[in-house]
Amino acid sequence: MKAIKIKGLSFKYVTSSRWALKNINLEVDEGEFVLITGPSGCGKTTLCRCINGLIPHFYEGEYKGEVVLFEEIKVHEHEPYELADKVGMVFQDPESQLFMTTVEREIAFGLENLGLDREEMRRRVEWVLELLGIEHLRDKAPYELSGGEQQKVAIAAVIAMRPRILVLDEPTANLDPMSALDVINTLCKLRKEMRITVVIVEHRLDMLAPLVDRIIVMDRGAIIVSGNPREVFSKEILRLEEIGVEVPKVCLAYKELINATKSEVPLTPDEFVKVILHAKKECNRSKGSLV
Amino acid sequence: MPRRSVIEVRDLWYKYPEAKEWVLKGINLTIKEGDLIAIMGENGAGKTTLVKHFNGILKPDKGYVKVCGLDTREHTVAELAKYVGLVFQNPDHQIFASTVLEETMFALRNFGWDPERAKRRAKEILKKMGLLDYMNTSPFSLSGGEKKRLTIASVLVYDPEILILDEPTVGQDYGQKRRLAEIIERINSLGKTVIVVTHDVEFVAEYIEHVIVMSRGTIIAEGETTKVLRDDNIMKKARLLPPQLGVVVKNLEDYIGFKGNFLRLPVFVENLRGWLENDEDVKGI
Repeated sequence: MKAIKIKGLSFKYVTSSRWALKNINLEVDEGEFVLITGPSGCGKTTLCRCINGLIPHFYEGEYKGEVVLFEEIKVHEHEPYELADKVGMVFQDPESQLFMTTVEREIAFGLENLGLDREEMRRRVEWVLELLGIEHLRDKAPYELSGGEQQKVAIAAVIAMRPRILVLDEPTANLDPMSALDVINTLCKLRKEMRITVVIVEHRLDMLAPLVDRIIVMDRGAIIVSGNPREVFSKEILRLEEIGVEVPKVCLAYKELINATKSEVPLTPDEFVKVILHAKKECNRSKGSLV
Repeated sequence: MPRRSVIEVRDLWYKYPEAKEWVLKGINLTIKEGDLIAIMGENGAGKTTLVKHFNGILKPDKGYVKVCGLDTREHTVAELAKYVGLVFQNPDHQIFASTVLEETMFALRNFGWDPERAKRRAKEILKKMGLLDYMNTSPFSLSGGEKKRLTIASVLVYDPEILILDEPTVGQDYGQKRRLAEIIERINSLGKTVIVVTHDVEFVAEYIEHVIVMSRGTIIAEGETTKVLRDDNIMKKARLLPPQLGVVVKNLEDYIGFKGNFLRLPVFVENLRGWLENDEDVKGI
């Protein structure tokens, strides 16, 4: 089943003269883990807003085409609150999302809005605190927390509503590397346990490339590349660099050193080391130059 | 000739008013004229608090900070600003004027420049930063990356000896980061001191050769990027992750004697190419 089906989607903000999205066509399978990346202003954030209904219900503009969730729900025909248990959204700046006095209340807030009874609310709060490993934060105020902890609370508050799709717009941009990795590992855990569809917008390709099923690259309102990470980094690396995507360093080094057709492009430092040692072995054997 | 120190920090202690905990705990640090240096560490390590002492926004509770020989306790921010330009992490905390040109001219007006001369100078800088076309538009209509360049322009315009950039790469894509690195290198090559506060490990590995690492209010390491960023203990303590090429080097250094600034991609590639192409048999592979 397709969790998301986007057909001929174009959007222009009422405040702007140019199209932010131009004829986007995209299908995401249920349970898929998709990374969207691209230079600033390429339309990544706009695309996220189209998936959760902020566009066209909150941001006004010219809207063409359609976004369909689970083969039947047309986003433009449903208000964002009706979509709240289908699509959860996490933003770059958790402070813009958190406002209650304790973490527990923060998580309960969305559940109240779904109209759940107290018992069910309590169950869900406990479940999500444990799932994300943040039980120790339950009585703290969100503003007392570190950036990484805040982002986990924001994710918890969204996950508690049991959305079937989770959309995250640069959730680690303000975090130090360890906190970023922590948030990303949390996402991987969620996927394993919930079979949730995850769409994440990020610049940190070095962390995410080894984990995601697919990378989608956008530029100037259009999707220009889509494929599994290895495919994308072996075929499109020059183009990605050109438009300003931060390709993992090991992929760039590999491209410089080894003929790309000879073996699979490595996605992590460990894979790179294996490829290089293998190449040296070949050199030793043939006593000739390989490169 | 030995270079003179432009920033001297001696046993600096600081805590925010009403707070219980010290944010800076006995910092000692000397930065020399013409240095290009990164200050790294996790969120909350005290990096921003430290650099706010360099232009006198914050004053030490104990110890002292001297900037170009001036003790910051005895001088105002306005006086120190002539020597130190600080670009904040969030451009919205800095931008306020109604046009890009006005924003860029603000400091010059305060320093009492003749308006025509100030305008010429501002336009020259805007051109260098690729913002001249936006001269008459509102700064608030610019994109995130453009706003960031504007805040750098409005500091560079008065030519301070020391430039401090607080988390300049946050929210910037790779193309913008590369342009930022070019700007930093150009300013530094003119003999200016540049201090970059960041936790962008890959950016530092590629562009900045000297690094200071902070954790919980103290400096836990200082030295060459190629050494510091490969020290697992330091990186762990500072909640940083090693750069990708650093991990590769660690795994291959038994076989290869890496030379130069090998965390920079071109140098790294050269090292590996030399090794792959030489005829020596390598035992143990």
